[in-house]
Amino acid sequence: MKSVIFRTVAPFLTSLMTLFSIFVLLRGHNEPGGGFIGGLIAVSALAIYGIAHGVETVRRAIYFHPMAIAGAGLLAATVAGLISLFAHVPFMTGLWIYPSLFGVEIPLSTVMLFDTGVYLVVVGAISSVALSLEERGGE
Amino acid sequence: MEAWFALLVGIFFTVAVYLMLSKSIIRVLLGVAVLGNAVNLLIFTGGRLTRDVPPVIAGGVDTLGGPAANALPQALILTAIVISFSFFAFLLVLAWRAYEDLSTDNTDEMRVAEPVKEPMPPLGY
Amino acid sequence: MAVPTSSSVDLSAALVLGPTTGADWLVILPVAWCFAVGAVLVMLRRAVGLHPIIAVAGLVGLVLIDALLLGHVAAHGPETMVMGRWLPPFGIAFTVDLTGALFALVAAIVALAGGIFSLADINDSGRRYGFYPFLMLLMAGVSGAFLTGDIFNLYVWFEVLLISSFGLLVLGSEPEQIDGTVKYGFLNLVATTLFLVATGYLYAVFGTLNMADIARKAEGLRGSAPLMTLTALYVLAFGMKAAAFPVNFWLPASYHTPRVVVSALFAGLLTKVGIYALIRVMVMLFPVEREELSFVMALAGALTMIVGVLGALAQTDFRRILGYLVVSGIGSMLAGIAVGGPGGIGGAIFYALHSMLVMTGLYFAAGIAARLGGGSSIATVSGLYRKNVGFAALTLMLCFAVSGLPPFSGFWPKVMLVKAALDIGAWWLAAALLLAGFCTVIATGRLFLLAYWRDEPGAAAETVRLPPVVLVPLAGLSLLTLGIGLYPEPLLATIQSAAAGLAEPSAYLNSVFPAGGLR
Repeated sequence: MKSVIFRTVAPFLTSLMTLFSIFVLLRGHNEPGGGFIGGLIAVSALAIYGIAHGVETVRRAIYFHPMAIAGAGLLAATVAGLISLFAHVPFMTGLWIYPSLFGVEIPLSTVMLFDTGVYLVVVGAISSVALSLEERGGE
Repeated sequence: MEAWFALLVGIFFTVAVYLMLSKSIIRVLLGVAVLGNAVNLLIFTGGRLTRDVPPVIAGGVDTLGGPAANALPQALILTAIVISFSFFAFLLVLAWRAYEDLSTDNTDEMRVAEPVKEPMPPLGY
Repeated sequence: MAVPTSSSVDLSAALVLGPTTGADWLVILPVAWCFAVGAVLVMLRRAVGLHPIIAVAGLVGLVLIDALLLGHVAAHGPETMVMGRWLPPFGIAFTVDLTGALFALVAAIVALAGGIFSLADINDSGRRYGFYPFLMLLMAGVSGAFLTGDIFNLYVWFEVLLISSFGLLVLGSEPEQIDGTVKYGFLNLVATTLFLVATGYLYAVFGTLNMADIARKAEGLRGSAPLMTLTALYVLAFGMKAAAFPVNFWLPASYHTPRVVVSALFAGLLTKVGIYALIRVMVMLFPVEREELSFVMALAGALTMIVGVLGALAQTDFRRILGYLVVSGIGSMLAGIAVGGPGGIGGAIFYALHSMLVMTGLYFAAGIAARLGGGSSIATVSGLYRKNVGFAALTLMLCFAVSGLPPFSGFWPKVMLVKAALDIGAWWLAAALLLAGFCTVIATGRLFLLAYWRDEPGAAAETVRLPPVVLVPLAGLSLLTLGIGLYPEPLLATIQSAAAGLAEPSAYLNSVFPAGGLR
C-alpha cells in the first residue's frame, strides 16, 4: 500500500498488537482472553504488517513457516496433555508449579502450555491462509 | 421467550435451505454459513434461556450462591463456531479455486469429474 | 490462584482422586500419538524426505497401541478415561469397548497399508503439500471417533477427520479433484451439521452428552420426550456420512478423483466411521427407537445394496466401479443394523471390518492396474493377467472377498446377515442381500474378464516396472482377508461379545460410572 502514514505507523501498530496478543493470552486463565482470541489478534497484527510492507517482509519477519508454527503449537498442546502421565492423573489434568524468580512467585501450569499451543496453532494456521490470500490478491 | 427463539431458528433454517438449493456456489456457501448460525442458535435455545448470573464462583466461597446460567451450551456453541468458521474459510477458498479453474460458479456446469461419452467396453469376450 | 480456598469440600463426586494406571492411558494414547506424530511432521516441513519414514513408523506404533488396547479391553472389559480429572457426566470421557477397539485396530491396519502404498504413490510435491501430516490428523480423527464416549466429542472428531479429508482430497489441485471436493465438501458439511442439530436437540432433552449417561436416562424419558425425532435425525445424518441410498450421491462423485492412496483410505475409513456412529447411537443409546425404525432402515439398506451394485455394473471406470461397491457394502451393514439382535449387529460389525480391509485393497489394485495398464477405464485397459500374474491373483482374491464368496472374509458376515434376516422373517431382505452378492460377482467378474483376462489387442506389451513396495500392502490385505475367511473363530467370538456388549451395555455403564455413580 502506498500511504506513507500507514507504512510509518504499521510497524509500531504491529509490535503493539503482538504485545497485546500475548497479554490477552496470559490473562486468559482467570479472565476473558486466552489462546484463541490472542492468536487472532496476533494474526491481525501480521496482516496489517503484510498490507503495509508486503507479504515477503512478513514471511522474513516471522522467520519460521506459518505451518511450522502451527505444528509446534499442536505439539505443545499434546505435550501439555501428556505431562499428566507422569503425575499419575488423567489426560489433560491441569498441573501447577510455582517457581520463584528474584523473589517473585510465578505460577506456571500445563493449562498455560496448552493455551500457548492453541495460540501458536491459531497464529500459524490463520496467518498461513491470510498470507497466501494476500499474495494472490496482490497479483 | 423460547417460542420466539424457536421461530427465529426456523427462519434461519428456511433461509439456509433456500440458499443451499441455489445453483450458484456462492449462494450455497452463504446458505452453509447461515445453517451454521441456525444450529448455534438452536443449541443456545436448547440450553434454556435464563436471565441468571454467569456461573462464576466468587472469591472466598466454594460453591455457587444461587441459580446461574448454564455455561455448557455456550462452550458447545464456541466449539461449533470455531469449526464452522474454519470450514467456511476452507470452502470459500475452494469455491474460489473452483471458479478460477473450472471458470464457472454454476453447479450444473461443474461436471468435470463426471464421465463423458465413454467408449463402450467390448460386449463379448 | 488455583489453590482451593478450603479443604473441607468433598471433591470425590466430581473429580478422579485415585491415581490413574498405565492401562487407562491406552484409551487416550491412539489419539495423542497421532496428534504428536502429525505435529512433528508439520514442523519438519523442510525435511520432506523424512516424512514417509516417520509417518510409517508412527502408523506401526498406532497399530501396536490399538492391538494392546484391544487385548486389554478383551481381557478386562470396557475402559474409561476422563479428561482433566472431571468425572462424567461433567467431563469428557473416552470409553473404549470391544466394538470401538476392534474398529480402531482395523482402521490403524488400513492406514498402515495406505502409508506403505503411499511410498510409491505420493511424490515429492505431495509430500511438501503435507500428505503425511494430513494422514496422521485423519487417523487422530478416526481413532477419536471410535474411542470417545461423549456424543459432542464424537462430533468434534467427525470434523477433525472431515477437515483432514478435505486436505487429502484436493492434493494435486487438478480440476477434477476440485470438482470432486466441492461436492464432497458441501454435502459432508451438511451431514455433520445435521449431526450437530440432532446433538443440540439431544442436549435440550437429556441435559447430558455422555453416552453412558444418555443410555441410562433414555428409559425414563421415553414416554415424554421426542426421542423418535432425535433418532430419525441421527439416522439421516449418519446415513449421509455413510453414503446410504437416498443420500449417497457424493461418494461416487468424488472418490475416483484424488490420488489412489487417498481414495483407498477414504473407502476404508470414512463411511465406516458413519456406520460405527450409527451402530453406537442406534443400538446402545436408542434400542427401542431402532426397533421402530427398523423397517425404514431395512428398506434403505436393501435399496442401497441394489442401487450400489447396479451403479457398479453400469460403470466402466475401475475406481468408479469400486465407489459404487463401497455404497453397496454400506447397504449390507444398514440391513444388519435394521435386523438387530446378535446376528444382525454382529454381522454389521463384521461386514464393516471386512469392508474396511477389502475396499482399501481393491483401490490399491485399481491404482496398480492404472500403472500397469496406463488408464483406469476397463474399456481400454486389458491384459493385466499377462503383465503380472501375482498381482492378478491378489486382485482375484479381493474380488471374491467383496462378493462374499468363500473362503474369504466376506463370506461369514454375509452368512450371518442372511441368517439373521431369515430368522426374523424378512425374506425380502435376505433376497436383496443374496441378489446384491450375485450382482457383485457379475460386476467384479466383468472387471476381471475385461481388464485382466482379455488379451491385449496390440500384442507384445512393453513391461512396466512395478515398484515392489506397492504390492506389499495389497498382499498384506489380501492375505488378511484370506486368513479371516479360513479361520474366523477368534474374530467371530470377539465380534459376538462386542455385539452383546452393545445390546446390553451394563459393562460400558459400569466403566463410566463405577458403583452406580451420581443419581
